[in-house]
Amino acid sequence: MMRTSIVELTVDSPQGAAARRTTGWTAAGLAAGAGLAGGLLAPADAMQGPAQRLMYLHVPAAWVAYLAFAVVLVASGAHLLRADARCDRFALAATEIGVVLTALTLATGSLWGHLVWGTWWAWDPRLVGTALLFLVYAAALALRRALAERAGVPPYGDPRVTRPVAVVGIGGFVLVPVVHFSVRWWRSLHQQATFLAPEQPPIDPRMALALLLAVAAASVCATWLLAHRVVRLQRRLDAARAAQGRRPVRSDPRRPAPVG
Amino acid sequence: MIRRPGRLALLVLLLAGGGLLITGALRDTLTYYRTPGELLTHPTAAGERIRLGGEVVPGSVRHDGGLVLFRLSDGGHEVAVRQRGMPPETFREGEDAVVEGRLGTDGVFDADQVVVRHGNEYRPSAPAPEPSDAR
Repeated sequence: MMRTSIVELTVDSPQGAAARRTTGWTAAGLAAGAGLAGGLLAPADAMQGPAQRLMYLHVPAAWVAYLAFAVVLVASGAHLLRADARCDRFALAATEIGVVLTALTLATGSLWGHLVWGTWWAWDPRLVGTALLFLVYAAALALRRALAERAGVPPYGDPRVTRPVAVVGIGGFVLVPVVHFSVRWWRSLHQQATFLAPEQPPIDPRMALALLLAVAAASVCATWLLAHRVVRLQRRLDAARAAQGRRPVRSDPRRPAPVG
Repeated sequence: MIRRPGRLALLVLLLAGGGLLITGALRDTLTYYRTPGELLTHPTAAGERIRLGGEVVPGSVRHDGGLVLFRLSDGGHEVAVRQRGMPPETFREGEDAVVEGRLGTDGVFDADQVVVRHGNEYRPSAPAPEPSDAR
């Protein structure tokens, strides 16, 4: 029975590497299933036509971006409270994943909007909110770099850099519920949620299956990337400290980077 | 690697972009469109550019040269629209649309942009697809 937590996934050991590999293959399997379900099994939408299949990219990207920013919130909070450098590396990796997924949300949404709404962009609360979400977390990454350059330290591991960045990471999360509920609070061009709606509107069960598989695939894939990135950041920091002649944090001999 | 002034410039650029989005866009964004009822009870000053949204009244779509004429309805109110240029392919009678333009002195809304607003319901096409009645 496999019982892996996110912490075990980020341990730099053969067991950790094996757990990451399993996660990677699970993500690949789910993605293949989602691709088949979304591309072949699910029918094209009656009103929107084949363009509706963009939903299987757009919705998972948006949901997992929310999840990533929730990880940033929790990890940044833990980092500020417990001064745990490990939490900051989780926050950094989750911020990177969230920013990329928000960009993907905007790109796929723009294409979907072009095909179905007839416009690439609209000054609509949901769209503007998502763009702000992207800017705030991209600014958190830029702030990290700028502060690290000024202090002459690596962009992670130094509280002069990580504490202000954690504050931005926590504050930025205010936008997530605003973006999610924007379609209910304000009049919007964007359609309402289907799955996370109070009363579930009809959706073809094959479309629902494809969407749930796609969301599962994206979630597991993001977890896999997060674990990899956290391990990589830890290694890089250890190497930098060893090069500086300080006490290395870990004493086990360097192994070649295991894949998986 | 981006040099240090470059990174600071990037940070300033990102923050400025965010500020610009908030201040510039929020005014029109929070009410993305007005309904026919709102437009009829509070007619806008002539020449003010607004967005108007509602259901495309079934049977109201007519083509007249480069113009597309139809009516938008919401809650029992209707506004006639004179759209210059082709609407997107997804534009159908009975579906929602948002048009952008000005209310003319003759009470007809002169639009130069139309976007289709679709719901959150997803259904497969019927076995025999209905003929497109929008064009």
